[in-house]
Amino acid sequence: MVRTVISALVIVLWCIAPFYWMIVTAFRDVGFTYDTTPWPTHVTLANFETAFSTALGNHLGQAMLNSLFIGATVTVVALLFGISAAYALARLEFKGKGIISGAILAASMFPGVALITPLFQLFTNIGWMGTYQALIIPSISFALPLTVYTLTSFLREMPWDLEEAARIDGCTRVQAFRRVIMPLAAPAVFTTAILAFISSWNEYLISSQLSSDATQPVTVAIAGFAGSQPHVEPYTAIMAAGTIVTVPLVILVLIFQRRIVAGLTAGGVKG
Amino acid sequence: MKKFRLVSAAGIAVIGLALAGCSSGSPSGGSSGGPAGANLDSHGPITYVQGKDNSNVVRPLVDKWNAAHPTEKVTFKEQSDQADQQHDDLVQHFQAKDPNYDVVDVDVVWTAEFAAKGWLTPLTGKMKLDTTGLFPSAVKTATYNKTLFAAPQTSDGGMLYYRTDLVKTPPKTWDEMMSMCSIAKSAGIACYAGQFAKYEGLTVNASEAINGAGGSVLAADGVTPTLTSADAVKGLSLLADAFKNGNIPAEAITYQEEQGRIAFESGKLMFLRNWPYVYGLAKSDGSSVVKDTFAVAPLPGLTGTGASTLGGHNAAISVYSKHKATARDFLTFLESAETQKFFATQGSLAPVRTSLYDDADLIAKLPYLPTLKESILNAIPRPVSPFYPAVTKAIEDNAYSALKGDKSVKQALTDMQAAIKAATS
Amino acid sequence: MSAVTEVPSKLSPPPGRAGGRKRGGLNEAHGRWASYLITPSLVILGVVIGYPVVSAIIMSFQKDAGLDKATGLFVAGGFAGFSNYAHWLLQQCVSTTGVTSACPPGNLGAQFWNAFGTTFFFTAVTVVLETVIGMWMALIMNRAFRGRGLVRAAILVPWAIPTAVTAKLWYFIFAFNGILNSVLGAKILWTSDEWAAKFAIIIADTWKTTPFMALLILAGLQLIPEEVYEAGVMDGASTVQRFFQLTLPLVRPALMVAILFRVLDALRMFDLPQILTGGGGGTGNATTTLSILVVDQIRQGFNSASALSTITFLVIFIVAFLFVRFLGANVVQTQANQQKGVLK
Repeated sequence: MVRTVISALVIVLWCIAPFYWMIVTAFRDVGFTYDTTPWPTHVTLANFETAFSTALGNHLGQAMLNSLFIGATVTVVALLFGISAAYALARLEFKGKGIISGAILAASMFPGVALITPLFQLFTNIGWMGTYQALIIPSISFALPLTVYTLTSFLREMPWDLEEAARIDGCTRVQAFRRVIMPLAAPAVFTTAILAFISSWNEYLISSQLSSDATQPVTVAIAGFAGSQPHVEPYTAIMAAGTIVTVPLVILVLIFQRRIVAGLTAGGVKG
Repeated sequence: MKKFRLVSAAGIAVIGLALAGCSSGSPSGGSSGGPAGANLDSHGPITYVQGKDNSNVVRPLVDKWNAAHPTEKVTFKEQSDQADQQHDDLVQHFQAKDPNYDVVDVDVVWTAEFAAKGWLTPLTGKMKLDTTGLFPSAVKTATYNKTLFAAPQTSDGGMLYYRTDLVKTPPKTWDEMMSMCSIAKSAGIACYAGQFAKYEGLTVNASEAINGAGGSVLAADGVTPTLTSADAVKGLSLLADAFKNGNIPAEAITYQEEQGRIAFESGKLMFLRNWPYVYGLAKSDGSSVVKDTFAVAPLPGLTGTGASTLGGHNAAISVYSKHKATARDFLTFLESAETQKFFATQGSLAPVRTSLYDDADLIAKLPYLPTLKESILNAIPRPVSPFYPAVTKAIEDNAYSALKGDKSVKQALTDMQAAIKAATS
Repeated sequence: MSAVTEVPSKLSPPPGRAGGRKRGGLNEAHGRWASYLITPSLVILGVVIGYPVVSAIIMSFQKDAGLDKATGLFVAGGFAGFSNYAHWLLQQCVSTTGVTSACPPGNLGAQFWNAFGTTFFFTAVTVVLETVIGMWMALIMNRAFRGRGLVRAAILVPWAIPTAVTAKLWYFIFAFNGILNSVLGAKILWTSDEWAAKFAIIIADTWKTTPFMALLILAGLQLIPEEVYEAGVMDGASTVQRFFQLTLPLVRPALMVAILFRVLDALRMFDLPQILTGGGGGTGNATTTLSILVVDQIRQGFNSASALSTITFLVIFIVAFLFVRFLGANVVQTQANQQKGVLK
């Protein structure tokens, strides 16, 4: 027990230490950006104002909504597509399974940096530049291979005799899956959802070239922060924005984790 | 048994898409009958594209223009703050032949590349632009193949920041500066630093060393590298030797503009080569301990005033613009003395008009202007080459090895020469 | 590639010809269901990934635009054969006069094998570290103790911070006059010394991505029924024995997927080295990865960059194939046996 607590402390320290420095910097006066006093000094809220200041051309507020919208859409679609593909791979027998699963995995092998130019041209040709779908569709495809593989590996571990029993009781394939398997797979599905959401939340390369001022996600908005002068990197404002976008996300994930898992499990017991 | 037909279907769809997209992927040449000669007389609304508007200069200017030109309104499209991304963003839009990028702000080193790709409208004939009163070196950066392709918009030159409490008169030559390093040593601080991390700034500093010693990177034709000359060796050796004997501190190999500025402002550095932006910050930053104890001087060369590398931006008109007449008028507006003065007062950006550097109002606000003028007058543009990305890579990589002592200066320059040749032939 | 996915779940009959012959009707229904279920994924991957890959392969056989000396304009380069590939793999540069020679230092072609080695070094070290630390984190989080919620929240932090911000944060921390040197009282050139620069990137990447590993392993752990552990405890197995004989085999499927995707991502590493060191360090290119090389080359010529992207793609494909073939197949078999032994 003591060892567990010590380990937990080490983990928390390791994860939080750089974040601590981020917060200290976020609250520090811009004139003291490079001060290395390890505790908060020259405390100010000005950096947070800068981060949200549309007068300075920073669109963080709008960008957070954009990221939330893009992330939610990507997660839902990737999970829907991912669960159905994973179900087929884990549960059905068909020819060409090896090739299909190989092709899905291969989508994670091409250097992302080389995708920008072709996608830019494709989306320009069909008039999608700067639209939400131009950001959502690539993000879905970046999240999909991992989603499919993770879900396949989890689904394969499920007690499928329960599903068969449900079908003998008169459930359709879909009903059996939803009532019997989903509740059991809930933790895995939820983990996959977090993976998909954060992969979309973190996406920067593609969005930096395909988004517009109105649709840009937080990563692009933060990278667009400008210092007071050319060459000046606005670290304090970047760290303030980083803090703003990280803390709610962590809280949100923790709340969802309890609610969703609890809800799904409860439904399972009833069904 | 049912075959899984989907794979082939998807495969065909993919290949079809690829073929459809292929034609737009090839580079476009802007020959005379092409888009370059179209829409020269056409007026109408246009878009101006520029990187982040750091100190709110562009928006007021655009508002002013729009008030005077209600039927030819300018929309300001702001790019990111990072030069590489601005470059890539422009390339993507030009490749897609985007008619909505009418006037674009290009770094001085991109002008030749974009012109050679046929993306910039030559400023000749109807589009001719008056360049009298501008710095000749700035005009040179906008000129490719003897044709003007862009309007110099802002300039920039390196200056030597020095500590007035430690050094009474600034050094005129490199040797003089090195001989003052004992002062720094006894004060317990580092002597000199510039930008030596492996990025564009290293090309700037290495070229300054080479040009300051009378050498050059490319011959006048803009193609043939001239890096194996004795002067080039002498120039780069100045930096390499200073690293070796500690006159440049070892950590300077990690310095970009900001790290050097911070070291100088925290009193840890006696001489700093940097751009004019440092001046205001070192005077006003809360953490600056040198607020009243520094001044600027022209860069020292081998035998006299050194040759700064020229920075700055040019404004160019896309060949795909639908309203080039308006675009040209907007360039004239950017170039005007009034606008140029606004760049200086509002944004502390270096104007391209020489006369403004003698303007008493401006000097009162930006006391470094006379020094900057001398710097820019002596400045040498970086190579005006359509292969600039390869040229700068060759310089960065090899200069970095030489400064770290992993390679002799001679070998580094020989390799630099060969790498530039391989890339540009 | 097929090894992992074709291994049957323990309750379904084995797939392939034998099963097909016996249960042709069922298989046909399965095939139809499967095509409905998989098509959406394949279509979207085909458009976003498949199309760029195919166009990159086509473009990789074209020469980069050359300069027409008379007009000063770039003109299309024409068919290149395999010369773009030779440029990278054999480090050959071809001059206008058609003379082939070794690429000089400072030319990107000269950096291919160096970047190749660096990429694999980063991948090996970061994936091993992330697996070990991630496993440890997951085991701790799976235990019941006061403050578990805090640990879970803390673990999400590094991963929830957008990568673009993380890289800036580490650049700021690793600066010569930055907080790390100040706390350590050291004068380490984190972004320039060969090994310091490599470790800076490894530290930053491990910090950032271990939570990914930990979460996936944790999800695997949570699927293990309590009874399995209780049985283990009653058998008198030690903690170490329980880990290697019970836990590890049971989380192996999840773990293998996590490692596989980490390997694929690490082999394409770009942001961190780009922002932290710009690919520099050591004698100049100690932290240049294949993806950094691709970006540098895109600015110099897209067709040659397409060849490099294709090579990178093939390299990663081979790695993934070997991984699935040799580690994957083996793993699932042990897994199946293990479960039979323990659960029944």
